[in-house]
Amino acid sequence: MSHRELDDMLGRGWRKPPLIRHKTLRWGLIAGFALYLVAAVSSIPVDWGRVYEGLDRGWQFVLAFTHPDFLTRWSDIWDGLAESIIMTVAASVVGIAISIPIGLGAARNIAPLPVYVICRAIIAISRALQEIIVAILLVAIFGFGPLAGFLTLSFATIGFLSKLLAEDIEAMDRVQAEAIRASGARWLQWINYGVQPQVMPRLVGLSMYRIDINFRESAILGLVGAGGIGATLNTAFDRYEYDTAAAILILIIGIVMGLEYLSGVIRARVQ
Amino acid sequence: MLRLEKLTKTYKTGDMALKGIDLDVPSGQVLALIGPSGAGKSTMIRCINRLVEPTSGAVMLDGTDLTGFGSGALRRARREMGMIFQEYALVERLTVMENVLSGRLGYVGFWRSFLRRYPQKDVDEAFRLLDRVGLLHMADKRADELSGGQRQRVGICRALIQQPKLLLVDEPTASLDPKTSRQIMRLICELCAERGLAAIINIHDVALAQMFVPRVVGLRFGEIVYDGGPTGLTPDKLTEIYGKEDWEATIQKDDAESDPEVTIKSAPAPDAEAGKPEAAE
Repeated sequence: MSHRELDDMLGRGWRKPPLIRHKTLRWGLIAGFALYLVAAVSSIPVDWGRVYEGLDRGWQFVLAFTHPDFLTRWSDIWDGLAESIIMTVAASVVGIAISIPIGLGAARNIAPLPVYVICRAIIAISRALQEIIVAILLVAIFGFGPLAGFLTLSFATIGFLSKLLAEDIEAMDRVQAEAIRASGARWLQWINYGVQPQVMPRLVGLSMYRIDINFRESAILGLVGAGGIGATLNTAFDRYEYDTAAAILILIIGIVMGLEYLSGVIRARVQ
Repeated sequence: MLRLEKLTKTYKTGDMALKGIDLDVPSGQVLALIGPSGAGKSTMIRCINRLVEPTSGAVMLDGTDLTGFGSGALRRARREMGMIFQEYALVERLTVMENVLSGRLGYVGFWRSFLRRYPQKDVDEAFRLLDRVGLLHMADKRADELSGGQRQRVGICRALIQQPKLLLVDEPTASLDPKTSRQIMRLICELCAERGLAAIINIHDVALAQMFVPRVVGLRFGEIVYDGGPTGLTPDKLTEIYGKEDWEATIQKDDAESDPEVTIKSAPAPDAEAGKPEAAE
């Protein structure tokens, strides 16, 4: 570059170029967004009288946490909890087992196009249908109880795990897998030696996370009749037994935190 | 033993990586393939074992063309060709032993390999090779615990346990320091001599190639522009391969001691290697 050009630049300030270059457009977008935010918030109706009444009920619910009642309905709680755990474990095992082949098929760098399209379609369907909607449908088909919940969670696990597994496979180091292929390995050997070691830590981590999610979801699915601890929790609310509800919530929180800790320990070991 | 006939590769983007390569590699010959980045060196090596599919031409291994092979025959052909990679390409989360034994995947069945129950003679051979490269004590370490030079040695063992006839070596020293580079090149050439293996070594360090191999092939824009002994690489030839640059320093590296500037540079860190050609780098 010539020195005259440099001389022109020296002494001039420097700022990072803005994301949107056009000044009017940039400020217009910011102002528009601010206006929308104000309009949106002011359009939400708030009935202050109702809030005042509700505060009292909310406070009682909070107070219930200071004296949770584990004992009065213990057998109901225990049955619900056991059902939830069975649902969680069964759905996680089945879901993960199905997710692995679908995840392999949904990774563009190892699957041929037709397989890829089919597997991605399965994932898209599973992810598009929210758990509650699937649960309502399955309860209608199979009736109330944990079978509907188990199927719902398995179905949801497939969408979650296959997608993230496929993305991890797509991000793997190609050369490591190439080296295995160069030795004359079969396809399955190639997956076992070239791909699996690279994605294993993430697969284990995601599986643990999914078990955690499945347990939490099992508490929600009870609300639509798909069995588990959620059904017990729903009943407690219906009867205004806030102390029993608090006990159930404390158990759920405790189990989720326990799973979180466990998954941390396991993930550290498989790194 | 290996013959490339009018081998071409055109990528989907329209880049002509190889433009009709004809090359004959007799049994047991080690040759270096030099050329600038993007000249098609890696593509050529990968076309030989079809990690990259050639667009046209033939790859004759012992008289049979393997460009037409189906997957089974291709796997058997790949067993004959060991490959060594630039970034070592070890599977990092597997142990050293698993990495070495993965060179036998073309020979053992799925369940044996899945359960890591290799035939005793494969295991013995893996131990022998690791001992040969001085890494027997590392057998149960994970590959990502090793240094660069150690990883490349494991990579060499993995290629050799295939009992190949030919080694395809892709920039074996590009990620290594000058001293380790020489050791690795020496090791590869020694092992090839011991076992009577042919090898094609991609390398962009011209001086290093000249030190170790009897034949050099120069590639530029997908065409062979030089094929001969290491001493025939004159400044004119190097300019033809790489483009204009002052080549005298590269070629007359052995005289580096007489260059005062180089002597001063290497003086603060005198070690066993100082004064040898690598001091000039």
